[in-house]
Amino acid sequence: MTPTRKKRLKVVLLILLGVGTAVAIAISALQENLLYFVSPTDVVAQKMPAEKQFRLGGLVKDGSVIRAQESLEIQFVVTDGRANVAVAFNDILPDLFREGQGIIAIGALDKNGVFQADEVLAKHDENYMSPEVADALEKAGHPDAQKGKQP
Amino acid sequence: MKALLPLFIFLIIAGLLAVGLKNADQKSLIPSPLINKPAPEFSLPLLGQPEVRVSKSDLLGTTYLLNIWASWCAACRVEHPFLNQLAESKVLPIYGLNWKDQNNEAIAWLQALGNPYELILYDFEGNTAIDFGVYGAPENFIVDYNGQIRYKHVGVLNQQIFETEVVPILITIKAERDAQ
Amino acid sequence: MIGELGQLALILATLLAIAQTVFPLIGAWLNNNAYMQVGHSAAYGQFVFVAIAFALLTWAFITQDFSISYVANNSNLHLPMLYRFSAVWGAHEGSLLFWVLILSLWTILVAITSARKNSVLPKEFSARVLAVLGFISLGFLLFVVFTSNPFTRILPAPMDGADLNPLLQDPGLIIHPPMLYMGYVGFAVAFAFAIAALIGGKMDRDWVRWSRPWTQLAWAFLTFGIALGSWWAYYELGWGGWWFWDPVENASFMPWIAGTALLHAQAVTEKRGAFIGWTLLLSITAFSLSLLGTFLVRSGVLTSVHAFASDPTRGVYILAFLGVVIGGSLVLYALRAPKMTRGGGFSWFSRETLILINNLILIVAMAMVLLGTLYPLIADAFGLGKISVGPPYFGLMFGLLMIPLVLIMPLGAYGRWKQDKLSRVSRQLLLPLLISAAIAGLSAWFIDNANLRTIAGVFAGSWLIFGSLAYAIQRSMKQRRKWLPAGEVAMVIAHIGVGIFLIGVSMVETTSIEKHIPMSPGDSFQLAEYKFEFTGSEHIEGPNYSADRGTFIVTKNGQAVTTLYPEKRSYRRGQVMTEAALDPGLTRDLYVSLGDQIDAENQRWAVRIYKKPFIRWIWLGTLFMTFGALVGMTDRRFRRKNTDKAVSA
Repeated sequence: MTPTRKKRLKVVLLILLGVGTAVAIAISALQENLLYFVSPTDVVAQKMPAEKQFRLGGLVKDGSVIRAQESLEIQFVVTDGRANVAVAFNDILPDLFREGQGIIAIGALDKNGVFQADEVLAKHDENYMSPEVADALEKAGHPDAQKGKQP
Repeated sequence: MKALLPLFIFLIIAGLLAVGLKNADQKSLIPSPLINKPAPEFSLPLLGQPEVRVSKSDLLGTTYLLNIWASWCAACRVEHPFLNQLAESKVLPIYGLNWKDQNNEAIAWLQALGNPYELILYDFEGNTAIDFGVYGAPENFIVDYNGQIRYKHVGVLNQQIFETEVVPILITIKAERDAQ
Repeated sequence: MIGELGQLALILATLLAIAQTVFPLIGAWLNNNAYMQVGHSAAYGQFVFVAIAFALLTWAFITQDFSISYVANNSNLHLPMLYRFSAVWGAHEGSLLFWVLILSLWTILVAITSARKNSVLPKEFSARVLAVLGFISLGFLLFVVFTSNPFTRILPAPMDGADLNPLLQDPGLIIHPPMLYMGYVGFAVAFAFAIAALIGGKMDRDWVRWSRPWTQLAWAFLTFGIALGSWWAYYELGWGGWWFWDPVENASFMPWIAGTALLHAQAVTEKRGAFIGWTLLLSITAFSLSLLGTFLVRSGVLTSVHAFASDPTRGVYILAFLGVVIGGSLVLYALRAPKMTRGGGFSWFSRETLILINNLILIVAMAMVLLGTLYPLIADAFGLGKISVGPPYFGLMFGLLMIPLVLIMPLGAYGRWKQDKLSRVSRQLLLPLLISAAIAGLSAWFIDNANLRTIAGVFAGSWLIFGSLAYAIQRSMKQRRKWLPAGEVAMVIAHIGVGIFLIGVSMVETTSIEKHIPMSPGDSFQLAEYKFEFTGSEHIEGPNYSADRGTFIVTKNGQAVTTLYPEKRSYRRGQVMTEAALDPGLTRDLYVSLGDQIDAENQRWAVRIYKKPFIRWIWLGTLFMTFGALVGMTDRRFRRKNTDKAVSA
């Protein structure tokens, strides 16, 4: 091997090493930050392990919201009609949060089976609208088409 | 060979996007855990007849389509002509579940657009809808003669979906019943 | 009438796009001047008709013509005049028309500059460039006409419209999309230059020199557009973040990263004739990622908080178009690859090597963002469940990759082409290194709750700022000229911008104070040296919303600082919006927003109170970068005809 080739080989190896390290870190970071979407039924059935982060989706059960006056602590029940999961949250709720609304909460179960949410997102669409429908509506002359109208 | 590498990478990504696109339709939907499970228990007044209450057991024995609708729901307006047509064809009874609606507005809506429903449950609070796992209106359920949910469709039901998805299920249900 | 005229204008524009694609290609092939000339005329014509269509749609918004369904869906009688303009591109159909308008604008800019007598572009080359741009335009025009027509009528016309999405009712959003689109779409020019070079088979340094100012202009717009989006999200989304790694943001960020890599690779190709294949690929990649972004935003493949109305059938069309454009370019690239020259060699430590490392890091970073953005799709495709990738993934990956990049940046500026010595460069950079270390040390002392990451960030930022300044000073002393070449000034400004940006980011991310607390009128809260007193909330009526407005008196050691009025607005459509109130400053922002109302009777609110140190530096840095790129494109050598005379700046 000529010296230039040797040098080139070294550079290529160095690059491969760098890229390889980056990929390895990326994969492990990805694994750590993956959030599975889980319904209340699955939470109850699968017995999600405590402390494992996931996204819980469902409706806020009517009459289940209890909030503290002195702090931002709030508790409510998320349901998919089949199973209920108690959720505790200690932060500011999204603008569209209300009873009967669909929400997604990100967090983990604690030892008592209560879902400790770090973040709560409200879904916008109570008025479900598939794109074909939105188009049909536009044609039919109903400008409410793509918007979630509250009942 | 080296020159083709970018093309291959692109083709892989494009393939992924194509698959993603195929799944995009169902993406926002959460699979219903209720399919092939008994429908939740309920007892609700009828729309316009608050003194009459109907419960799940009253409806056993017939296979029916349960349509979740409301007068505030724009998409329901699109779906409605198909329901009228379906009611005329008498394939199966259509029961309505009027969801979080004002009594008089719902009745006015039916007067304007026609009433395909054999009966309409009035769920002002929306609790029964929650039990059914309803995310929005319209949604449609097929409940069989045993009171089991056999099918759920989120969004507007139309002729095509009815023929390709609902009819096979109705045939299966009929076959099961005949076999008994 | 407006609807029909608009339709007609779009169809005529489509026909002209066909002419613009076909004739110049044939002309360049047959060396027929008249055919090549058609490209120019068609480009002008196309611009006129697209502009007419756009003007008609704007007119429909101004006059509130609700018989056009797009207007009815995105405006109403109460919508303020200003937002009737931004509503034109506020939703799917209009934003696509806007896309085409901007592409058309870029195209005529190319047509005008290439038609000038002293233009550097050979006729065949500019003909091919216009043909490629015409083809892209054709694809989008067909898309608009067949799947997303903004002029569709509704009969009978409603009395009132539905209203523009309130998120978009903001002055920041009037200019954010145009800037972003100018950037996104601007990469089409660099792309068209690359494809024209590939078609012509003359892939040398010339086309790179021609395409550099265009790339820089597009990059400047994109940088500014992304920064505006970030600034808008900061005050409009009501929770004080400046970047969310949301799929839609990533869609604009990926072309930016590829574009940044391209800017640097172009320098090598132009100066040294090396990396030709790589520069071609990056030109294709940057624009491909713009198209991919459009696809991701418009198809509904990825769900996002931006949540535009999405439609899978539209996605099929864009994907097919993506396949033709990107697939076609890459096939062409593979066919031409054997003909590419290698260019000048270089030793292991040289400016080439440093730029190569820069490109590798940027491309890996881009791939990481792409992976994280598409991972939910991959998981879904393989049935791994419904998954999303949390923002910490992006933050961690991107942060790690940027460390080596930032460290080598001043070296890259100092490094000589072809061959240099690390020891020489290090000697030159010793002083900036010491200054940065001193500043980092001082920051540990003076900044409240500074941690290791803060200090590292301040160090890296200062290293960039002083490293670049030192370079500028030494160069101008050596050159004995009044001014350095614009290209070098550009680099210095942009790199200083990155330094400012970095200091801003590390300060905000590590030393912000964020409190979420319940407050009743009369309550006060001490945040660092500031005291926030909530005096109460009142109900107010806006033009198309009603709102609760809180009043917060901010004092520091008893001295009044400011009074903040955050709002919680309810729009007619039923949406609720949080309008944050802030007191901006060079070294800190104070930020107050109303969360949810805990108790309506006692006006008790959940309140966000933040102190965000140096957050303005984030956007200040991006302004420097933008300005740098604009300076760069004015370099005189871009207007010279011959490579040989180009100064080796």
